[in-house]
This record gives sequence, C-alpha cells and structure tokens, in this order.
Amino acid sequence: MPTPAYIALIPLLPLAGFFILGLFGRKYFKASSGIVATGLLLISTVLSLYVGYHYFFVDGKPDGVYQPIVALEYTWLQFSPKVSIDMSIVLDPISVMMIIVVSFVSLMVHIFSLGYMKGEERFAVYYAFLSLFTFSMLGLVLSGNIFQIYIFWELVGVSSYLLIGYYFNKPAAVAASKKAFIVTRLADIGFLIGILILAFHAETLDFSTLIGKLTSPSPELTSLTTTSFMGISFLTWGLTLVFMGGAGKSAMFPLHIWLPDAMEGPTPVSALIHAATMVVAGVYLVARIFPIFAISGPAALEVVMYTGAFSSLLAAIIACTQTDIKRVLAYSTMSQIGYMMFALGVSGYGGENGLGYTASMFHLFTHAFFKSLLFLCAGAVIHLVHSNEMKDMGGLRKFMPITHVSFLIACLAIAGIPPFSGFFSKEEILLAAYQSSMPVYIVGLFTSGLTAFYMFRLYFSIFWNKESQLHQPYNEGTLSMKIPLIVLAIATVSTGFVPFSTLVTPDGKAIESHVDIVFSIAPVSLALAGILFAAFLYKKENQKPVKIASSLGGLYHAVHKKFYIDEIYLFITKKIIFNLIGRPAAWVDRNIVDGLMNLLATFTGRTAELIKGIQSGKIQNYTLYFFGGVVGLVFIFIYLW
Amino acid sequence: MNLSLLILIPLITSFALLFCKGLKQVRVVSFTGALVQLALAFILLALYWQERTAGNTAIMLFESNYRWFSALNINYHIGVDGISIAMILLTAFVMIAGILISWTTESMAKEFFFLLVFLSVGAYGFFISLDLFTLFFFLEISVIPKFLMIGIWGSGKKEYSAMKLALMLMGGSVLVFVGLMGLYFNTDTGNGSHTFDLLQIAQMNIAVEIQRMFFPFLFIGFGIFTALFPFHTWVPDGHSSAPTAASMFLAGISMKLGGYGCLRVATFLMPEAAHEYSWIIILLATIAIVYGAFATLMQKDLKYINAYSSVSHCGFVLLGIGMLTQGSITGAVMQMVSHGLMTALFFAAIGMIYTRTHTRMVEQLGGLMKAMPFISTVFVIAGLCSLGLPGTSGFVAEMTIFMGSWQNTNTMYRVATILACASILITTVYILRAVGLVIMGPIKNADHNGLADGTWNEKFAAGILIIGIVAIGIAPFWLNELLGPGTQTIIKHIEKAIAI
Repeated sequence: MPTPAYIALIPLLPLAGFFILGLFGRKYFKASSGIVATGLLLISTVLSLYVGYHYFFVDGKPDGVYQPIVALEYTWLQFSPKVSIDMSIVLDPISVMMIIVVSFVSLMVHIFSLGYMKGEERFAVYYAFLSLFTFSMLGLVLSGNIFQIYIFWELVGVSSYLLIGYYFNKPAAVAASKKAFIVTRLADIGFLIGILILAFHAETLDFSTLIGKLTSPSPELTSLTTTSFMGISFLTWGLTLVFMGGAGKSAMFPLHIWLPDAMEGPTPVSALIHAATMVVAGVYLVARIFPIFAISGPAALEVVMYTGAFSSLLAAIIACTQTDIKRVLAYSTMSQIGYMMFALGVSGYGGENGLGYTASMFHLFTHAFFKSLLFLCAGAVIHLVHSNEMKDMGGLRKFMPITHVSFLIACLAIAGIPPFSGFFSKEEILLAAYQSSMPVYIVGLFTSGLTAFYMFRLYFSIFWNKESQLHQPYNEGTLSMKIPLIVLAIATVSTGFVPFSTLVTPDGKAIESHVDIVFSIAPVSLALAGILFAAFLYKKENQKPVKIASSLGGLYHAVHKKFYIDEIYLFITKKIIFNLIGRPAAWVDRNIVDGLMNLLATFTGRTAELIKGIQSGKIQNYTLYFFGGVVGLVFIFIYLW
Repeated sequence: MNLSLLILIPLITSFALLFCKGLKQVRVVSFTGALVQLALAFILLALYWQERTAGNTAIMLFESNYRWFSALNINYHIGVDGISIAMILLTAFVMIAGILISWTTESMAKEFFFLLVFLSVGAYGFFISLDLFTLFFFLEISVIPKFLMIGIWGSGKKEYSAMKLALMLMGGSVLVFVGLMGLYFNTDTGNGSHTFDLLQIAQMNIAVEIQRMFFPFLFIGFGIFTALFPFHTWVPDGHSSAPTAASMFLAGISMKLGGYGCLRVATFLMPEAAHEYSWIIILLATIAIVYGAFATLMQKDLKYINAYSSVSHCGFVLLGIGMLTQGSITGAVMQMVSHGLMTALFFAAIGMIYTRTHTRMVEQLGGLMKAMPFISTVFVIAGLCSLGLPGTSGFVAEMTIFMGSWQNTNTMYRVATILACASILITTVYILRAVGLVIMGPIKNADHNGLADGTWNEKFAAGILIIGIVAIGIAPFWLNELLGPGTQTIIKHIEKAIAI
C-alpha cells in the first residue's frame, strides 16, 4: 500500500496551489499561474491513479472483499469525551473511485482553462479558486467522519460561490452566486441538524463506527428508532435531514433552482463543479452511509428514491424547452443525478440486491466524463460564437470538427446508445429499478427517451440546422483546449467497459453483472426514437418546433418557465422574508424596542424637569415643604393610625 | 508571571502618550505598547501551558492577592485560567489592529490614542480580576472613555449615540453593582465579615432565595454589555457613530466583558438560579439571534449591518451559556473570541472603505473588488467568518455551541438550537447581500475607480486579525484545550449545585 503521506498529498497539493496563487499570484504568477496549478494537480492525479491501482488491484481486498482503509487519523476538535471530529482519510471503493474522477476531470478542466481563460485579468484568482475547489472536493470524498465531510461540504459550496461569481461585475453572475450559496446553505442546515440528531444518539461522528452501530442491533440504534417526533422515528428524521443536505448540493427538486443559474460562471467551472464533481456530492453522501439507509432506514431510502425519480423526470421535461445551451446541460445534469439517486433508492444492501448501488456509482463515474466533455464542448462553442443561445448557433460542424465529434460521442453516451459508456451504466440502473419498483422503472425509461430527444435537439441545433454566419478559416481553439476534449472523448467511449460490479458494491463483494440484450431493447429503441424525432425537428431549419410549441400553448409556457418554481421562491424571499419580516424587524427595532428605551429616557428627563422646581434654593419654600410635611404626618397619626 | 504587568503596560503606555509630541511619537509609543502587550499575552499562554502540562490543576494560575480596603474586605486579587487567557489574547490582537487602523488619526491624536489604550486597561483588568469589587472597578474604567471617543471623534448623531451608549451601559453597571452588593452581603467568611472574593464565594453555598433575587441583576446587567435583547439598542447607534478603532474595541472587546461577566460571575456564583432561569436566558438569546439576523437583512448602512449581526452573534454567546452544558459553554467562550476577531476585522474593513469613499451606504457602493482588491478580500473574509465558514473561527465556535446545546434534551431547548442553526441561513443571506452590493457588481460611482487599495498599516491590522481567525479555524484543538479546564470547573460547579 502507498504510505499515507502520499494519499494526504492528493488533496494537499491543490491546497498549496490555492495558497501560493491566492497570496502571491497577482504579483508573481500573473501569466504562469495556470501552469503552476495544473502542474500541482498533475502530480495529484498521478498519485490518485497510483492509489487507485493499488487499492483495487493490489491490496484493497485482503480476502476477496474490499475493506475500508483508514489513515492519518487525528483529533481535530473534541466535543465531549466520546464525540469528536477526527480528521482522517478513508480509502474504500467509492472514495478511491471518486478521487480518480475528481482529480482527472479537474486536471482536464485546468488544461482546458489554460486556453479558454487566457488573457483574463484575474487569471491567477481563477486558478486559485479552482485549486481551492479541487482541494475541498478531494477532501470531501476522502472524509472518514460525518462532520469532516460537512466541513468540506461547506468549502466546496464556497468555492462554487466564488467561481460562479468570478465575473463579479456581471449582475447576473452575482445574483446566481448568491442564489447557489443560499439554496445549498438552506439544505446544509438540514444536514447539520441531521448530524446533530444522529451524533447525539449514536455518540459518534466517525463513519465506520456510526455505520457499525446503526446497522446491527445496539442500544444506540434502539434509542434512535424508539424515540420519535411527529410520529416519525429520529433515525428517519436524521437520515432524511442528512439527505436534504445531499439533495441541495445535488440539485434535487425542490432545491434544484440554483443549478441552472449557476451556469453564469465560466464554462470550464460549470464542467467541473456543476456537472462532474460537486453536484454528485449528494449521491456520494448517501452512498457513504448507504448501509444505514438500506438496513435500518428504508423509509428514508424511499424519500431518496422518489426525490430522485421525480427530479429526473422534471428536469428532463424542462430541458426540452430551454434555449440556452448551458441551461439545457444543467437540467440534463439534474436529470442524470436523479437517476443516480433513485438507483440508490431502489438498491438493497447485500449481494445481488446491491445492484442499484453499483449502478448508481457506475453512472456517477461515466457521467462525470461525458458530462464534463459536453460542457467543455459547449465552452468551445461559446468561445466561438460568443453566445449561449441556440438561435445564434447552427451549422458549426464544419468549423470545429473535433468539438463536433466529441460532442456527438458524448450525446450518444448520455442517450444510452451502445457501446458508449452511458449505455452500460443506465442499463444497470434501469435493471435495478425494474427489479424493485415498477413506477420508478417506467419514469426512468420515459426519461431516457426524453434525454435522447433533448440532447440531440441540442446537438442538431448547434452543429446542423441553419448555415453558420461565420467565415472561414477559423481556428478551433488552442491545443490546450483540444487535448481535454480528445482525452475525455476517449474516456467516454471506454469507461463503459470498466467492470464496475466487481469493484464497487455496497458490501465490497463482487456481484454478477448482466447486460441483458432483451432487457435493453426497450430503452435503446426509445432512445433511438428520441434521436430520430430530434433529427426530424431540428436537423434542418424549419418552423415545425415553433408550431408544436404553439399548439401546446399554456403547457409549453409552463414548462418553458420551469413550472414557475423560481417565481415561487422569489415570492417567498422577496415578498415574505424581506418585506414582511426583514423590513418590519428593522423598523420595530428602531421604533418600538428602541422607542421604549428612548421613552424611558424622555420620561426620566421630563420627570426631572417637573420636579427640579422643588429644589429651588429658597429657604422659604423649604420651610413651607417642611411644615407641610409635619402637618401631613400629624394628620396621618391622629386620624388614620 | 506577575499578572499586574498586563495592567501596568497599557497604563504606562497611556500615560507616556500624554507626554508625546506629534503624531509620529504617538504612533510609536502606542504601537510599541500594544506589541509588548501582545508578546506578554503569548508569554502568558506559554507559561500557562507549561504549568498545566507540569500537572498544576489549580483553578486559577499566577494568583496574587493584596489587601486594598480592609474594612470592607476588598482585595486586589488576580489570577487567570484558560478562559481569561483566551480573552486576554483577543484583547491584545484587537488592540494592535485598532492602533494600526487609527494610524492616520489627525485631530487630537494624542488624546485619541490615550483613551483607546486606557480602555484596554479596563479590559485587561476585568479579565484577570478575581475580586468582584476590583472587577467592577475595571468594568467602569471601560465605559467612560467610550463616551468621549464617540462624542469627540465620532460621526453622524454622535452626541446622541454617545449619551445613549453611556447611559445604557451605566444602567447595566448599576444592575451589576446591585447584584454584587446582594451577593456580598450574603456571604459569610466565618468570622462575620463578608467577601468579594470570587473563588471564596464559589465555595460557599449562597441560599437559593438570594440567588433568585440577585441573579437577574447580574445577568441582565452584564447582558446589556453583550447586547441582551431587548437592551441591545445601544449597539447599532453606538457602533455607527463611533470611530473605527472605537467600534472595533466596542464590538470586539467591550461586548465580551458582558459575556465573560455573565459566565464567570452570574452563572458561576449562582448556579441554581442560572439553572432555574435558563429558559428565560434561552428565550431572550434565541430572540436576539433570530430577530437580530432578520433586522440585519434590510439595513442600508454597513455599520448597522455589522452592529445588528453582532446582536445576533452575541446571542449565540448567551445561548451557549444558558444551555449549561460543557460543550455549549466552551462554544460560548469560543464564540466570544471568534466574534471579537471577526467583528473587529469587519469594522476595520468598513473603516477602510469609509475613509476612501466617504460613505457607508450600500446603495452608493458597488464593484469595489476592482479598485480595492485587498480591502474587498478582507471584507469577504470577515463575511465568510461571520456566516460560519469552515476554516474560520466562526464555524468552530458555532458548531461547538450547536453540539453542546443539542445535549440538552428539553424540547424547548432543542427548538432554540434548531432556530439558532437556521439563523445561519439568514446570516448567509445578509452577508451575501452586503458582499454582492458592495464588493461585486458594476461600479456605481465612477469616482471609486481610482481609489487606492490598503496601505501597509491596514494590511498589517487586517492580517493579524485574519491570522487569529484562521488559527482557530484550522486548528481549533488548541483553543478547545485551553478552555477545557476553565469550562470544566464551571460546569462541575453547576452540576454539583443542581444535584443538591
């Protein structure tokens, strides 16, 4: 096994990059900051691959079963004698898979940005933030403690905030960055309270101890299942609230509203954070504590399943009507993450039942490559036409052959056409759904048809459709922009053949993988139908799409407006929280609470004003008061005593 | 180590300032004094670790005790534990930053620095006092100079604000004094005399009826200093009118005197009453947290934003104290340190912006990141600490409070904890609103384009506060360990009292 120090270097090198570029980048690395960050990350990536190789093929499974390896544990913050945040690094199949995905995709994005972001005034800042994100994400996946994951969870949130708001003088970017941070923070409060509940009863924050205690009969488990609030056991509450955090990060309904807006950030950032890595953190979180969900908390797992299925369908429907290419991709990301979520939701724990879990992780893995490829291609397109809108594109296949082919490969993969990677992972997901929940299977099937349709709508609108207004010759982009596309396209073609079911399973034991040809007829033919329909509508410039849209009338409008969910949120925040709580609270404080204090002061002042005449300094008056007093007392003594 | 040095050095500095000529001398003297004091605070920390690792388990270390006024048994009794050391370090950090931020004070610089340094005498004295009378004496020292600083160097409705602040804090002092008298006359040292000695009183069992009567005086009295709802209204006015360094001191240290007093005097000496009244404390603290946060949402003046956010954050301190668990009390002290550093940084950033743009109104600012990247970064870091980002002290403190508070299984307390957790969302909203309006976005005023970024003294001041914030945020274990014995003493004392 590689020594722990190596593993620690994987997240620490990008952190070093962040500090170097953040502190000195502006002055000393103005032009070279991209190279510095990319170089550091390259070492990290090589180390990740090395660790991955060792874990999966050399010493991860001492007796046929993959075991978690915990390294470098030290107590960071002791809350009480039993409960503490112990920072540690945990290696198990999913974390090892994730460090490979994160460092690899991040490296591609770093390289792509060398060309894409060239000439930006805040080039060093961009790479500093990118390094911070990579550090946080690697730290997140390596966490061995639920509070540690929460720490990195917040850090990826803030790096996402900083990167979305990178173009800080664009009001839309500022608004989007705020929205992303606030919505995910709302979800994180659920996560935090979930941690409080679980930690209080289980008296530990450590993942392995937590899972150990809550998956076998123990006093901790009993105390969680027997106590309840509003008729729901604390275990279900805790798990659901933790899932709420995951749903926020992974843009699940109804916490998804931030993701489409997050596309205001630079496109490579969208590829890395809002497609391949950070948004799957929610899936990863559920997978991390999956044994608890599967063995002790089926009710919470059902929440995961339905949320995932619903989000995947909703996003696919909305994606069909969007015209901003990055937003289409954003909704497709949400839809694919929905797949991963419901795959976890339908999964069981041991043996063959764990297929959903494996499929979910498999889809996460393949999705990371083809979705980041899609985004990087979109970035290249945007770089060329200087617009995000489909109507400004069309006929670009002649101008950018490499981008065109890469995009096509990625579209075929996401549509689930064999032999591209998406086919294999989606197939497993649908199979797992078929085996355990029919409604979810039907939703998944329908969504996969929609996916093929909207992705090819995108493809045809960009590369075919009307003739381009651009003039030859055009340079497709620098070499640094082309290499990542080619590498990711190769990955998209090949990752489907990774034998995932022998590597990543809930209990570490290999399961039989079966790609059933009969089973795949339905999804593949649906996908082909979707593609053909898209070709029919969008391959040549015509009026058919507009006609269909107008024939659908209000329904189309509602979908186009994303079912008015954003408007509902805006109403709640602007009208209710700001105007009905925020402003009145400030007013009440100034006028009522402080008014009372001022009233007290005024009262004191007035009283003083009133009675100051008594102390006039005139002996006659004092004598008068004196005798008045005596008379009064005498009166009291004689008549009232 | 002789703790009196902690009082003597600022005292000598402040009097030396009176003999200075010109701004240069004033700067050198006050900066040197603050630097020596900071070094002293670190030496104290080192000596404390040494003592503790050597196995010294005394409640207070480095004690010394001199008779001051024998007829009433008043002593100059000083000593420190981890909690006091944390507060002393905080004071030293904020003082040095405050002096650097006021570097270019022009009008009556000598008097300004004299008052500023003199204020710190009160704070240091307060944190090391173990005699209640001495403690009260130092508390008073730290009120009057503030009145002058706001009244003379302030801005806006400064006379009104200065008067309001002084009157309300004096009101707090009066309540504290009544509470102290109540305690004093109910102590019995065995030979018929009374005592002000904190450690001695802690050993006596003050009758529960007496506690019930005088606990509110002490808690509310100290609470006014730390913005206890509904006595927090001096905070926005005081801060908005005060000059930058005074704001930093006021929010960074003065408000902590109150929290420290609530914990060390009120709760520690009257544990049964603290236990009985804890639901009221929790109630008021929760109101302060939630209501303070909501009141911040729509503020237009940057200083008002930070002032109301201080009300909310100090609510966490009181919440932590009111929960009466080891974790929550440790968290409360951490929150005091964290909030002290963070709010000082925030006011420093606001001051830097104000001296350049001459406005603190958010709608007149915008896009400052372009012209002043350093100051903007400082502002963002302060904001991130305020909203409790991991890696900053705010996260550590708040999480410790939440974890500690959750141990209290009473339903009402649980609800309060959840509300406190939820308030960090509101904090996020108002911080991002401020950052979005002031730092990001297009530049609203073309004159702001050519403004200069931070100068060396401002960078130094911000840097030292950021170091403090990050040192706690990245490695909280040292602070946790520093506070451990102190909070344990308090919590054991409370548990013993409640058990009886």
